[in-house]
Amino acid sequence: MTETKTPIIAFDQVDLSFGDTQVLKDIDFQIEAGKFYTLLGPSGSGKSTILKLISGQLEPTSGDVLFEGQVMNDWPAEKRPVNTVFQNYALFPNMNVFDNVAFGPRLKHLSAAATKTKVVDMLHLVKLDDYADREINELSGGQQQRVAIARALANDPEVLLLDEPLSALDYKLRKDMQGELRHIQKELGITFIFVTHDQEEALAMSDWIFVMNDGIIQQNGTPEDIYDEPINHFVANFIGESNIVPGIMKEDYLAHFVGKDFENVDAGMRPNERVEVVLRPEDLDLTSVEEGKLVVTILEQSFRGDYYEVQAVDDDGNHWQVQTTNSSPVGERVGLTFDPEDIHIMRFNESEDDFDARLEQYEDEKPDEN
Amino acid sequence: MKTRISWTYLIFYGGWLLLFVIAPLLLLLWQSLNTGSGHLSLDNYGQFFTSGLYLTMAFNSVWYAFLITLVTLLISYPTAYFISQLKHQQFWLLLVILPTWINLLLKTYAFIGLLSHNGVVNSLLAGLGLGSHQLLFTNWSFMLVAAYIEIPFMILPIFNALTEIDPLLSRASQDLGASKWQTWRKVTLPLSMPGVKAGIQAVFIPSLSLFMVTRLIGGNRVITLGTAIEEHFLVTQNWGLGSTIGMILIFAMVIAMILTRDRRKS
Repeated sequence: MTETKTPIIAFDQVDLSFGDTQVLKDIDFQIEAGKFYTLLGPSGSGKSTILKLISGQLEPTSGDVLFEGQVMNDWPAEKRPVNTVFQNYALFPNMNVFDNVAFGPRLKHLSAAATKTKVVDMLHLVKLDDYADREINELSGGQQQRVAIARALANDPEVLLLDEPLSALDYKLRKDMQGELRHIQKELGITFIFVTHDQEEALAMSDWIFVMNDGIIQQNGTPEDIYDEPINHFVANFIGESNIVPGIMKEDYLAHFVGKDFENVDAGMRPNERVEVVLRPEDLDLTSVEEGKLVVTILEQSFRGDYYEVQAVDDDGNHWQVQTTNSSPVGERVGLTFDPEDIHIMRFNESEDDFDARLEQYEDEKPDEN
Repeated sequence: MKTRISWTYLIFYGGWLLLFVIAPLLLLLWQSLNTGSGHLSLDNYGQFFTSGLYLTMAFNSVWYAFLITLVTLLISYPTAYFISQLKHQQFWLLLVILPTWINLLLKTYAFIGLLSHNGVVNSLLAGLGLGSHQLLFTNWSFMLVAAYIEIPFMILPIFNALTEIDPLLSRASQDLGASKWQTWRKVTLPLSMPGVKAGIQAVFIPSLSLFMVTRLIGGNRVITLGTAIEEHFLVTQNWGLGSTIGMILIFAMVIAMILTRDRRKS
């Protein structure tokens, strides 16, 4: 993050309010050219609003939106070097597929031949080579989606904005489109900013994720970072499944929860600081009562194809979700086991900057750690 | 049960259609072909198409209906567009519709009051030192009043067509680089054409057969086929020729409907 290259899009302390309602609070980020970014959050978190600020449908109440270092707050939408793929596609029903895709090139007064080449290329990119003469209402949802992508890309945008483009598709089609979008992004090498509320989608596609809630960027990082090191309760819950229990950091590398002390790999907190402890279901495993770090009773077990999802409860009444390949009968007492590095500690109200600083500090102190 | 109910409706509808649409049309057709001697002939049609007077009237009817429709459209489209952008659409629409609740004759007389020699408009002009003018019984006053009467019937279908357009389409168009004007021309206008066509039908067709406004406001300076029909039925009692002109008007209306029908299959 210390590169000197000018970010293609940057937000500088952007606030946005509608009347008394603050929709975005102090949004500050930078986006590098050529990568796949995802804005991830529940509905109303402000993620689509950020897209609208980039595409020019909204202006910030305060702060600046920058394109390659230039403030573009008041650039009209039609002059911005970005294009949008809308959630409901917003294809022009009075035009056929070809004319929809040719809409942008024609506005730029490209010659008929150049327009045709462009449209053919774009339809090839989205695998709709033979659909140029179709009417929009003759297409399936998935095909309309592809036309919408082709239409936006035909304008040669520097940045492509995608506003929950896959949410209307069925599961299988959505999976296919995820892979294809990633492929298209790599092939064209332009910047994609993708908005979704689907964490699985975000983890699968992105180079970099911004997790949003309540108009604030809660955390940003690579999919692995965000999954492995959620910064707070919201992120831990929103990204993947989590077991979250209250605990205390007695000292560096020693956590205390559900009445026991556990060795772990976190440090830099105050002694005996109250924290939250996160254990991912897939990091937990079932074992014998003697070998278990915790003892739980199985409440429920459901078969998920490649694993069993187990609900269990410990003697203190904490519920534990476990993903395991070992089957156990309901009602049986079993041991829960996990490794020190599976324990993730979250401090209350720790900001991302504080989190990064603390991480840097204690990783420096511990050079023997790989 | 369901099919029985729909059959009942169909009988009412069919009966209505038979009694008040098909039967009168057949009567009209029969009367236009009946020259009184008991056998049918095309004499009335021959008389119509060889008379310079009737052909002029026919031309006038179409020409003025066209002008009235054009004026109405030019006023109504921007109005409908403007209302569709407003917050309290239903209120503004009500203001547009309200005049249609008032009797046509009453409105026409109101215009006589406004436009006559000693009317409000002339008093105003005189007050401004512009002198008084002959306003009533001119082609312009005829078109003004006709357009005034027809405007709500043009605004409504256009407004409906405009509000049916997904607002996201305008945003998509601007996103792709179109200015507001280009967006209107390439997206909004084509998508509102069904409303425009419906409006043209609703205005052009009745305008073909106006006769009250032609007489009261136009002072019969413009004589259209509507006036001719009225004369034949009420004054000269030549029902045969009146029916013939009626049939020709109906034919003109059918042509107008074919020209403005929605070709898109939905």
